[in-house]
Amino acid sequence: MNIIVCIKQVPDTTEIKIDPVKGTLIREGVPSIMNPDDKGGLELALRLKDQFGANVTVVSMGPPQADVIMREAFAMGADRAILLSDRKFAGSDTLATSYAIAGLCRTLDYDLIIAGRQAIDGDTAQVGPEMAEHLGLPQVTYVCDAKLLPNGNLQVHKENEDSVQVLEVEGKCLLTVLASAFEPRYMTVSGIVEAYNREVEVWGADKIDYDETKLGLSGSPTKVFQSFPKAMKAPGEVHEVSEEEAVELIVNKLKEKHII
Amino acid sequence: MELKDYKNVFVFAEQREGNIQSVAFELLGKARDLADALGEKVVAMLLGYNVKDQAQKLIEFGADEVIVADCPELKDYLSEQYSQVVDQIIKERHPNIVLYGATTIGRDMAPRIASRLKTGLTADCTKLEVVADEKSNNELQFRMTRPAFGGNLMATIICPNNRPQMSTVRPGVMQKRQREVGRQGVVTSFVPTFDTSKFKVKLVETIKEDKTVVDIADAKILVSGGRGVQNKEGFDKLQALADVIGGVVSSSRAMVDNGVMPHDRQVGQTGKTVRPNLYMACGISGAIQHLAGMEESDFIIAINKDKFAPIFSVAMSFFVETQILRLYENGNFFEIEFLDVLEYLEILDWVTRKRNNNGKSTRSC
Amino acid sequence: MDFSYSKTEQLFLQMIRSFAENEVKPLAAEVDDQERFPVETVEKMGKLGIMGIPIPKQYGGQGGTVQMYIMAVEELSRVCATTGVIVSAHTSLCMAPILENGTEEQKMKYLPKLASGEWIGAFGLTEPNAGTDAAMQQTTAVDAGDKWILNGTKIFITNASYANVFIVMAMTDKSKGTKGISAFIVEKGMPGFSIGKKELKMGIRGSATCELIFENCEVPKENLLGPLGKGFTIAMKTLDGGRIGIASQALGIAQGAMDETVKYTKERKQFGKAIAQFQNTQFQMADLKTKVEAARLLVRSAAWKKDMGLPYSADAAMAKLFAAETAMEVTTKAVQFHGGYGYTREYPVERMMRDAKITEIYEGTSEVQRMVIAGQLFKK
Repeated sequence: MNIIVCIKQVPDTTEIKIDPVKGTLIREGVPSIMNPDDKGGLELALRLKDQFGANVTVVSMGPPQADVIMREAFAMGADRAILLSDRKFAGSDTLATSYAIAGLCRTLDYDLIIAGRQAIDGDTAQVGPEMAEHLGLPQVTYVCDAKLLPNGNLQVHKENEDSVQVLEVEGKCLLTVLASAFEPRYMTVSGIVEAYNREVEVWGADKIDYDETKLGLSGSPTKVFQSFPKAMKAPGEVHEVSEEEAVELIVNKLKEKHII
Repeated sequence: MELKDYKNVFVFAEQREGNIQSVAFELLGKARDLADALGEKVVAMLLGYNVKDQAQKLIEFGADEVIVADCPELKDYLSEQYSQVVDQIIKERHPNIVLYGATTIGRDMAPRIASRLKTGLTADCTKLEVVADEKSNNELQFRMTRPAFGGNLMATIICPNNRPQMSTVRPGVMQKRQREVGRQGVVTSFVPTFDTSKFKVKLVETIKEDKTVVDIADAKILVSGGRGVQNKEGFDKLQALADVIGGVVSSSRAMVDNGVMPHDRQVGQTGKTVRPNLYMACGISGAIQHLAGMEESDFIIAINKDKFAPIFSVAMSFFVETQILRLYENGNFFEIEFLDVLEYLEILDWVTRKRNNNGKSTRSC
Repeated sequence: MDFSYSKTEQLFLQMIRSFAENEVKPLAAEVDDQERFPVETVEKMGKLGIMGIPIPKQYGGQGGTVQMYIMAVEELSRVCATTGVIVSAHTSLCMAPILENGTEEQKMKYLPKLASGEWIGAFGLTEPNAGTDAAMQQTTAVDAGDKWILNGTKIFITNASYANVFIVMAMTDKSKGTKGISAFIVEKGMPGFSIGKKELKMGIRGSATCELIFENCEVPKENLLGPLGKGFTIAMKTLDGGRIGIASQALGIAQGAMDETVKYTKERKQFGKAIAQFQNTQFQMADLKTKVEAARLLVRSAAWKKDMGLPYSADAAMAKLFAAETAMEVTTKAVQFHGGYGYTREYPVERMMRDAKITEIYEGTSEVQRMVIAGQLFKK
C-alpha cells in the first residue's frame, strides 16, 4: 500500500502573544512545528504501515525552511519526503494550495491520501476536501479511527459533534484526521541520527502538470482585504471594595443581568 | 455570465435526523441582513428525506424561498451525495452568496463544492457584511471576517472575481431572527440527478455518543474549568456548583487534550463558541484561543490564582484575596467564598456538604 | 567555533524533551516517594533507542554521538534524576567499557541486548573498604582453569537489582597492586552471584542501589574484559566517561530547579508583587543562570572531546566538579526561593535538592575530581 501524507509547517499558535502596547502579533521566538492534525495523519499512516506494510510518503508545500518537519517525519518512520517549494505558489489560498498539492499527488502512485483536519495557523479545514475534489477521490473528514478490511476497503470512523459514523470506503480515498485520535509516536534515536543523511526531494512547479492561472495568487479566488490584530476586549471592571460590598456588587450585577 | 448576474443569498439548511440545526436559523438571520443590504432574496436549501414539511419553518426564520431536495439517497449526510445536489442547485440558480454552518457537515461539504465550482470559500467566519466599496464606485462588496493564527489575528477576506462567494460560519456566532409565524414564502421542489458511480462511501452505522447530550452552546450558565481545576475530581466539584445554579460544565482545551473532559465540552477556537448569560471561568488563564470562544458571553466571572491572567481582560474581575459570592437558589441565597482556585474548590466541597447536610441550601439573604 | 546545537541535535532535543516532559516527569514524584525503579520508562526508552545512543549500529546501537547521549541524560534529569542516572550508569559504566575494551565476541554478545534496553547494565568497583581509594580492592578472582572464581562484595551499585550485565573489578594478583586488578563481565544468574541489600538513600531513590555478593561465583573464562591486570585502568577510563554522564545529570537537576524557580517566583506574590520582581531574586537568579550555562559549556566541551577522540579526563573531572557543585547550589537556593513550600514535597525542588547531593559524591567525589584536575595540572 502506498500512502501519501500531507503535512504543513506552522507557527505554534499557542505560543503567539500579542504586544500589549502596540496590539500587534509577536511572532519572534515562536517555534515552527509540524501541524498537530497532520502529525496525527502521519501517525495513522505509520500505524497502517506497522500493521499491513506500506510505503509512506510525506508531502508538503512551503518555503525551504519546512525541511525540518520533513526530517521529523523521517525520524518518525516516513519512507520518502517531497517538499513542493516554488515562488509560483506564493499567495495561494486554499483552492490554489489544494490544486498544487493535488498536482503533486497525481505524479505519485498512491492508494490512500491522509491529511490533517486543519492547520492551526489557518484553521480552515478546506485543503483536504478541495484536494479530494481535484483528484476525484471520495473523502472522509474528521477521522478518528481507520482500519483496512479483508476485502481491501477501508473502514473509517468519522467523529461528528454528537455521533460517530462508521463508514466503509471503496478504492482510493482521502482522509482528514483529528490529532486527538492519533497520538503521534516519538521520533526514534536512530531515525534522528539518520534523518539528515536522507534526501528530502525539493520540487519546483515544473515537476507537476499545472495550469499557470490556477497557481498562487492568480489561482486564488479569495483575497485578504485586510488583517488586523484582534481588538482587545475592554478589560473587566475592577472593584476595590470590602468583602461585603463585593458580595452585594456581585449579587446585584447578577440580578441586573437577570442571571439570578 | 457576468458577476452581477449572480443573485441571492443561499443558505444550506443543515438537518440531522430530520431536525433542522440551530445554525441554519442563525445563518438565515445573517442572510436576511445581507440580502436586504444587497436588495436580493434569501434562499434556503433543505436536503434530506421526509423533511419537506419543515420548509415553512425556514421561511418563518427569514427565508424567501426554500429549495427542497427530498429523497432516500439524502437520508443521512454523505459527502458525495450532498455535494452533487448542492452543486446542481448552485449551477442552476447562480447564487451570489452561499452560507454553510461550520459544522462537521458544512466543513466537509463546502470545500468540496468550492473546489468543484472553482470558487472561493472562507472558513469559520465570525462577521459577514456588505459594504459599499469606495475603491470601486461604491459597489457593494461582500466581506467575510474570520480569526486566524489561533485567534490572534482577524482577517477580512473578499472574493472579488468568482461566484458564488461562499463561507462557513461557526454555530453560535450569528443571531437568529425572531420567528415570524405564518410568514409567506415559496417552496420549490428540486429533483436531483445522481451520478451513483461516484458513491464510494457507504454508511455502515451511526453510533450516538454515549453521553447525556448537552450542548454547551445552548447553556445559559456555564461553569467552565481549566488547568487549575487539575483533574476529574475537580470537575466533579464544578458539576456540583453547576447543579446548584442550573448550569452546565464546560472546559478549556487543556483539560480536553489530557482526557479529563470530552471534546464536546470544549470552549474555544477548536471547540465551541458559546455566549451564555453567565460564564464562570475557573482556573482558566484565558489563552486567546479560549477567549475567542467565550468572550461574547453576557457576563463573565473569572477565578484564577494569577491576578494577571489574560482571562481578566474580558472578565468582570473578582480576585480580591477573600471574597464571598452568594448564589441564589429557589428564592434563597447561600454563600460561596472566592479565594484562589484551589481553595475555591474546597469551598465547592463545602457547598456539596451543605447540600447534603441540609438536603437543600436554606440560607436566606 | 560553533557552540550551537547541530540540526540533528536540535531534532533530538525536540524528541527527548517531549519524552521527558510527557513520560518521565509525571512519574518523578512517585518514583522518589515509593523508591521505585521506573521499569515502564526504561522499556519505553529501550524502544526509542535512548538506552543505546552512542553505540554503533553494528552492535545494535543507534550510532549517535556522546553529545546526544549526554543531552538525553540532562533532559531526563531535568525532570527526574533517577531516570537520568539509570541511563548514565547503563551507558557509560557498562556498555562503554565493553565497547572500548571488549572482544568482538563480547561486543556481539552483550551490546545489542544492552543497547536495545532488553538488558540493563551496571558497574561494580566500590567496596566497603575501597571507595575513593579504589585500589584497595578485596574482591578476588582466581583462575580455575576453565573459569574464574570470584569472591567478595561490591556496594552502592546503581541499577543493581534490575541489571542483567555487570562490569566487575576484582583482584587477580594481589602482589601487583593496581596492576593486579582485572575486569570481568558478570551476568545475572551466574552461579554464586547474588544481589544483596538495597540501600535506602537520600536522593535518586528509584535507582535500585544494592550490594553485589560473590560467593565462589563462577565466571566463564571468556568473560575477562580487556587484558589481565588492566582492570584498574579500564575502571578509571570508564569513570572518566561516566563523569560526563553524571555532570549532565547534575546539569539537568540544576536546570530543572531553575525552571521551577523561575515559574514559582513569577507566580508567588509577597508584599503585593511577584517575588521575581525583587532585585534580590533577580540578582541571585542571574548568578545561578550564569553558573548553569558555564556548567553546560564544560559538559558539552568534555563530550565533544570524547566524540573527537581527544583526551578528556581532566575535562570530564572539571565538568563534573563544577556541574555537581552548581546543582547543589542551585537546588539549595531554589528551595530557599520557594520558602516553606520548597521544604514540602508539594514542590519538586525538595526532591531536586536531595537528588543533587549524590552528584558531588558518586563516580568520584568532588575531592577526587580535584585530585584528577590537579594531577593533570602538575604533571611532570
